[in-house]
Amino acid sequence: MAWFKKTRKPRAAPAEKAVRVPEGLWVKCPGCQEILYNKDLATSLHVCPRCAHHFRIGAIERLRTLFDAAWREHDRGLISTDPLGFVDTKPYKDRLKSGLSATGQRDAVVTATGRIDGIETEVAAMEYDFIGGSMGVVVGEKIARAIERAIAGRRPVVIVSCSGGARMMEGTLSLMQMAKVSAALARLDRARLPYISVLTDPTTGGVTASFAMLGDLNIAEPKALIGFAGPRVIEQTIRQKLPEGFQRSEFLLEHGMIDMVVDRRELKATIGAALRFMNPAPDVTSADA
Amino acid sequence: MAVDLLEFEEPVGVLLKEIEALSMMPRTDQRDAAIAALRSRAEQIRAELYARLTPWQRVQVARHPARPYTLDYIERLFDGFTEIHGDRRFADDHSIVAGFAQYHGRDVLVVGHQKGRDTKQKILRNFGYSRPEGYRKAIRAMKLAEKFGRPVLVFVDTPAAYPGIESEERGVAEAIAYNLREMAALDTPIVVLVTGEGGSGGALGIAIGDRILMQEFAIYSVIPPEGCAAILWRDASRKAEAADALKITAEDLLARDIIDEIVPEPNGGAQNAPEAAAKALDVALSRALAEVTAIPPSERLDRRYQKFRRMGRLGAEFVEETT
Repeated sequence: MAWFKKTRKPRAAPAEKAVRVPEGLWVKCPGCQEILYNKDLATSLHVCPRCAHHFRIGAIERLRTLFDAAWREHDRGLISTDPLGFVDTKPYKDRLKSGLSATGQRDAVVTATGRIDGIETEVAAMEYDFIGGSMGVVVGEKIARAIERAIAGRRPVVIVSCSGGARMMEGTLSLMQMAKVSAALARLDRARLPYISVLTDPTTGGVTASFAMLGDLNIAEPKALIGFAGPRVIEQTIRQKLPEGFQRSEFLLEHGMIDMVVDRRELKATIGAALRFMNPAPDVTSADA
Repeated sequence: MAVDLLEFEEPVGVLLKEIEALSMMPRTDQRDAAIAALRSRAEQIRAELYARLTPWQRVQVARHPARPYTLDYIERLFDGFTEIHGDRRFADDHSIVAGFAQYHGRDVLVVGHQKGRDTKQKILRNFGYSRPEGYRKAIRAMKLAEKFGRPVLVFVDTPAAYPGIESEERGVAEAIAYNLREMAALDTPIVVLVTGEGGSGGALGIAIGDRILMQEFAIYSVIPPEGCAAILWRDASRKAEAADALKITAEDLLARDIIDEIVPEPNGGAQNAPEAAAKALDVALSRALAEVTAIPPSERLDRRYQKFRRMGRLGAEFVEETT
């Protein structure tokens, strides 16, 4: 026994908080500790120019990085009615309100139609700052509608996941959104339309176990946390510390779960190239497609 | 019945002990009459307790170690069960069983979670926590049923998908996701029975179907109440509050059209009278199966799609504000 016990500091959480202040003029990169000028960071799509650390970005910012120009947003007005009347340490209704004031969104996903490298595409981008990007009925509904729009207009779908999983405050209804969106993706699949899933930090729980893993291509941003069970739950189950890099994008690539790890600055071009390969317009394989 | 009693069944336990004590006495008409009176009193108290179970008590009933599991029901409801094994990818997961059998004279495919009763069985079945191989075996078996035009019957009873390193390495999320998509489009009738714990994605991964039935005291939740309490209340011991808030009982789910029907359980729950529980299940299952096989095949998948599509309805669970 040592005389002086070294107490462990909580993992990285405070650092994360400190860096996520886009209002500030300067920001410290949690990857390389470099002090970065915020405006420079915006021009590099919020990727550290020195160490390529990917800062988390909001849904609107994400659409900006993907679309060629302006886009049409859909279903902006959809809002949860708090169907269970859920109250934990504070009422779910209050959480919805703070989500709205933090992000300007009524729920954790923004869906839009626009062009990616000239290809008209339905995109859904998740908003982490809205209750951890969690999926309740509104997220499920908006994504299902986006997929149905894609089928009707014969357009590809891109979903950018950034979510802690199903939303507890809507109970089993949230769980069922996994089924709802996956069923819509089955129709998209049978209609031979492309679906590209982009997994960003973090993508866990019910979102991973439904649409995030169902892409014709699954593309992850570097070093994103991607998994089903959260690392803490797994540590409690196995009573061991998890190895470094476990459940990160590169780990999933190694285990065959994703197609590629792509730097955000290359993401749009990568998606564009894939969509051209999957282009639904020409009809060369079958008469009924 | 000498089944393990739950904490809230204490009043019943007291009477059962008295009955046991009386049974030791020499047999007289008086003694027998006293025992009979106590028995009926015990049943009455049990009925009263079970008529107003709290959600947390239901969680305990759903997890009861004597509750019938998939193989117990298969033994009682089906003939000639032939188990098939393995996912053809990596392994055979014993926490999910699959096989073909006869149900009232018709060939069906049965798939279900399986928990273990004794320590050895519990380890073999991994306490009902399925790994990716289990989900992959399940969908492989279901595609077999689709190919040969047989209906699929699914028994759901799992705490969750297994949260371990190998589960993540072999893609448990992908395995569940794939099943959700493929079951939505599986071109054969599917009836799902939630018989115990409907443990979030681990349950849903085999629970897409044309009819979802749920036993009276079963639960179906997005997260275990302990986990929810630990995250939202930062205190896992507030599980009873979480169980309440999450609305996980059969009645709650029926009210929101998440399930189609509640299958009644015998007094004191299925664990108290497995034969009677199986009988009630048989009645509901045979009716549901008849209904879904009567749906014209051309409509079945569309109706299944609409069923899940409507979970979360405009004007009920969400509304549209003008922007």
